[in-house]
Amino acid sequence: MTLFSHHPNDPAGSADPAGSVGSVGSADPAGAVGYGEHPPRMGFFTDTSVCIGCKACEVACKEWNAVPADALDLTGMSYDNTGGLGADNWRHVAFIEQRRPLGSARTGVSHDDVDVLALAEQGSGTPPEQAPMTPTSPPTDRPPQPDGRTELRWLMASDVCKHCTEAACLDVCPTGSLFRTEFGTVVVQEDICNGCGYCIPACPYGVIDQRKDDGRAWKCTMCYDRLGAGMEPACAKACPTDSIQYGPLDELRERADARLATLHDAGVDDARLYGRDPTDGVGGDGAFFLLLDEPETYGLPPDPIVTTRDLPSMWRRVGLAAGALAAAAVAAFVTTRRSR
Amino acid sequence: MAECHPVGFQWVMEAKARGATIIHVDPRFTRTSAMADLHVPLRAGSDIVFLGAIVNHVLSQDKYFRDYVVAYTNAASIVSDDYRDPEDLDGLFSGFDAENRQYDFHTWQYEGREVQAAAAQRDMEYEDRAVRTAGRGEAHGSGGARSGTARTDPTLQHPRCVFQILKRHFQRYTPEMVEQSCGVPPELFARVCDELTRNSGRDRTSAFCYAVGWTQHTVGVQYIRTAAILQALLGNIGRPGGGILALRGHASIQGSTDIPTLFNLLPGYIPMPYAHPDQDLAAFLAAEGTEKGYWANIGAYTTSLLRSWWGDAATADNDYCFDYLPRLTGSHSTYDTVQRQLAGECVGYFLLGENPAVGSGNAKMQRLGMANLDWLVVRDLTMIESATWWQNGPEIETGEMTTADLKTEVFFLPAAAHTEKNGSFTNTQRMLQWHHEAVKPPGEARSDLWFMYHLGRRIRAKLAGSTDDRDRPILDLTWSYPTEGAIEEPSAEAVLAEINGSDADGNPLSSYEQLKDDGSTRCGCWIYCGVRADGVNQAARRKPGREQSWVAPEWGWAWPANRRILYNRAAADPDGRPWSERKALVWWDADEQKWTGHDVPDFPPTKAPDYRPDDDARGPQALSGTDPFIMQDDGKAWLFVPAGLTDGPLPTHYEPQDSPFDNPLYGQQRNPAREVLPLRHPANRMQPSGSEPGAGVFPYVATTYRLTEHHTAGGMSRSLPYLAELQPEFFCEVSPELAAERGLEQLGWATIVSARGVIEARVLVTDRLTPLTVAGRTMHQIGLPYHWGPTGYSTGDAANELTSMSLDPNTHIQESKALACDIRAGRRPRGPARLALLHEYQRRAGITAETGTEI
Repeated sequence: MTLFSHHPNDPAGSADPAGSVGSVGSADPAGAVGYGEHPPRMGFFTDTSVCIGCKACEVACKEWNAVPADALDLTGMSYDNTGGLGADNWRHVAFIEQRRPLGSARTGVSHDDVDVLALAEQGSGTPPEQAPMTPTSPPTDRPPQPDGRTELRWLMASDVCKHCTEAACLDVCPTGSLFRTEFGTVVVQEDICNGCGYCIPACPYGVIDQRKDDGRAWKCTMCYDRLGAGMEPACAKACPTDSIQYGPLDELRERADARLATLHDAGVDDARLYGRDPTDGVGGDGAFFLLLDEPETYGLPPDPIVTTRDLPSMWRRVGLAAGALAAAAVAAFVTTRRSR
Repeated sequence: MAECHPVGFQWVMEAKARGATIIHVDPRFTRTSAMADLHVPLRAGSDIVFLGAIVNHVLSQDKYFRDYVVAYTNAASIVSDDYRDPEDLDGLFSGFDAENRQYDFHTWQYEGREVQAAAAQRDMEYEDRAVRTAGRGEAHGSGGARSGTARTDPTLQHPRCVFQILKRHFQRYTPEMVEQSCGVPPELFARVCDELTRNSGRDRTSAFCYAVGWTQHTVGVQYIRTAAILQALLGNIGRPGGGILALRGHASIQGSTDIPTLFNLLPGYIPMPYAHPDQDLAAFLAAEGTEKGYWANIGAYTTSLLRSWWGDAATADNDYCFDYLPRLTGSHSTYDTVQRQLAGECVGYFLLGENPAVGSGNAKMQRLGMANLDWLVVRDLTMIESATWWQNGPEIETGEMTTADLKTEVFFLPAAAHTEKNGSFTNTQRMLQWHHEAVKPPGEARSDLWFMYHLGRRIRAKLAGSTDDRDRPILDLTWSYPTEGAIEEPSAEAVLAEINGSDADGNPLSSYEQLKDDGSTRCGCWIYCGVRADGVNQAARRKPGREQSWVAPEWGWAWPANRRILYNRAAADPDGRPWSERKALVWWDADEQKWTGHDVPDFPPTKAPDYRPDDDARGPQALSGTDPFIMQDDGKAWLFVPAGLTDGPLPTHYEPQDSPFDNPLYGQQRNPAREVLPLRHPANRMQPSGSEPGAGVFPYVATTYRLTEHHTAGGMSRSLPYLAELQPEFFCEVSPELAAERGLEQLGWATIVSARGVIEARVLVTDRLTPLTVAGRTMHQIGLPYHWGPTGYSTGDAANELTSMSLDPNTHIQESKALACDIRAGRRPRGPARLALLHEYQRRAGITAETGTEI
């Protein structure tokens, strides 16, 4: 089965599955590239406030996608021995140790009006707005720690390809190997990629990467081969605490907004969403995050911009410059001739 | 828990999302701490001080759940006049026999009635009980009348009632002592007390989760006992959201104690018989069973087991082949077995899914023992160190062993993984979940079931026709399981059916209540009876939670009788009404005259709350309608343990075997009953402690642990590239302060030394390890994940080269969670120089064969 077999019936029948610069700003990236009837845009919402750093996402991803093992390097970066996203790591869990207050639940709150048995009937699917307390609200009465330090905070966050609305990697791909799927995600086709490497500097997040021994570009496919079969991506499936949530992007955004509001209400002022805003420099991410600190803390660019955004104006400038050069050359020629 | 049980931790996160407060008490700041509301770092090995001080707080501040305590615990029971507390004897209980380092526990009994334990060491009073029951001659010892009723004082005022003994025993466990001994500031400690007590009572319950951080100590059982006392005082047992949850070390370790791989247990926690003169089945049952409660039915459970094993050969005339069971003559724990290997008494050894050359206490002793065997069979997924020590073990490098000179013949047999065979897992909740073979095992890999069945089949074939009596137990075994496929894999379902049991007509049983002591029933494990009720594999049920009640009784099957919460009669008050609507689980329906509720009631279904037994009642009938702990001889939760424990009826703080500190509470430094003396060996030297000369050579405290990324001794993870790369090397974790003190550099090397070994590790400097102020001085702790050895993709020294064989006397488990050591910058010496450094340390500390082995 080829990847294309998952494509919906396309009324045009010959739509170029690859996106183009022309799709910039679309809320429906799949529709914008010509899919007619297509499923809703699917995405990841990674809520780092409940990530326990088990790395099950990394392993599940490698198992499902047959991603090769990476180097056996002890990095010394806390428990992160993966280092970052790359051709051989499509999920990466960052570990950040901070001498900052632990995000703690406020205790001493009365739960007498909470019917736990009724809640239990919901199984594991407590909607965030019904969760009476949050995992990360700071207590008001912080007890002293043995050494007089402030409490520690250990941030963990699973990073992944952002599946940008405006995906520069896809814009620059000359072969059509990178394409926009009917789910609105961005996928590299390993049998088409010729290893030109244009996509690598184009990614504003440094996600896509060339594999050393074969030269082709690799990255998260959001388990494209699972989505078509109605299965969630391997990482989301493996995540024990639902830190990685998969679903229609609209729903995820709602869920994330509610979660953020809960955290803010509880006084976790640092909590923020990253990549959720459709008006940001990449038109919003298909995989976005709830962070507890500045993006830079997690190794994420604070204000990513699709690297092909300025291409049209750049080309205009190039045209002008070329025209000017040509004019200058002509002028020089003419001048030279005259001076003879 | 997030570190070692990330999948189970999802439920902690779920509870947290619903408002639960999570408190994490651990020397290190771990992935669990990162999710907790409160992290309490404390000195490894000081937990009884910490927990004992909470007990003291609960008692002295009247924070206990009085109605629950009076009705459901033994708080009111009056203890023998002969009992003496560590308060009186400077850290010892009455009855200590210094010569044999054992307790005579008779003085711990109730006044007026001698009870038997429902678990643990039940043979302690064999002679009294067997002799007395058999009506033969005079009873030995001073034990009181066996039958009758113990005196109680429901006002809890009698000076010898358990409640008052408890108060007195724990009075010196104060917040100041916690600060001095654990390094926990009083304000932080007060916060823990407050959170816990505020969240316990009629309307609220708290749960304790622990793992081997509690069990791997010379006082490990007493750590857990302290938690049990707390939970009983707070009314947190038998109720939803309460309990003490043992997070086991492997999948189905619960299953391997239920249907045990332990030397001293038969299936369903029936004790393995010890050797006693003239012991027949009746004497055994009389001695090991209880008078009241369900253990009085031990005869039905044992007879059904014997009938299951020996089938038609087991008859009333031959005591149902009771004499076929081997008899114990002492401890045959894994560590005692190593001693016997070294002594040349144990010449053959099977290792099934265990890697002692890396994972057991004092790994060197394990290898020395194996090197003295004639043959060794290792069944595992990969070539683990226990199969390769003769080739690449540390002793080869130091020159202590030469491969060519080793006499042990080592057989490696590849084992099938759980995905390659049918069977069940039993988790810590006592829930059996069936798993199906997804793929055939590769190559010659076979399941353990296949191995055991065919090994037995071949041995039986070799013995066929033997007239030697000693071969009868093997030849008479019921050993006919249907097999499937080309490899003749035995049917795991058939084994489950045997475990479930059958009636005289061969029909599957549905409850242990059906078991008889007349030989008419067969059952391979009485607590599992019903797992195949109606001939259906109940453990294979997978009805999603959303399609059933919140108790989810149709997901898998939990022993006993599919009860999800044990002793749940305690979820209702003495009159049978829920303590609160919020915490309703099981209650008495007066109209229907029966117990009902969300869970299967753990109580005789029609025994009314106002039922009171006749004086001559026995067994379950002898317990009243308000005795929820139906396995206990008195139906109560034991705050004070009158029988069953070898090292005392109450938890008492003793320092770890090797500790940089004196015991701040008593003159008695270490657990006097710990097992250390029989394990003396040049490779198992102990260290001076506290203020003893030479103790300063080992100034730091180390603790071993696991990381999420690896599996115990590494056999299932270091061989897998995807896992090995996540934690690719052995490292130690130290605080910035210790790094500065010892010149350790991030990612540099450190050499760590104890009296047993010298290892090296890469250094991870982290704030997650914090110095503590203990006994007025700064104390540093070193974190040592213990996954590594010389084989696999990810290699390194084994932390267990440092640990000792010094054991908890109840469980025979090693103390690897707290030990004193030294750390220095740089790599360890190679070759014989490694031993020279060890010997230099031993010399500097003045270590002899006797060091640390005092009472």
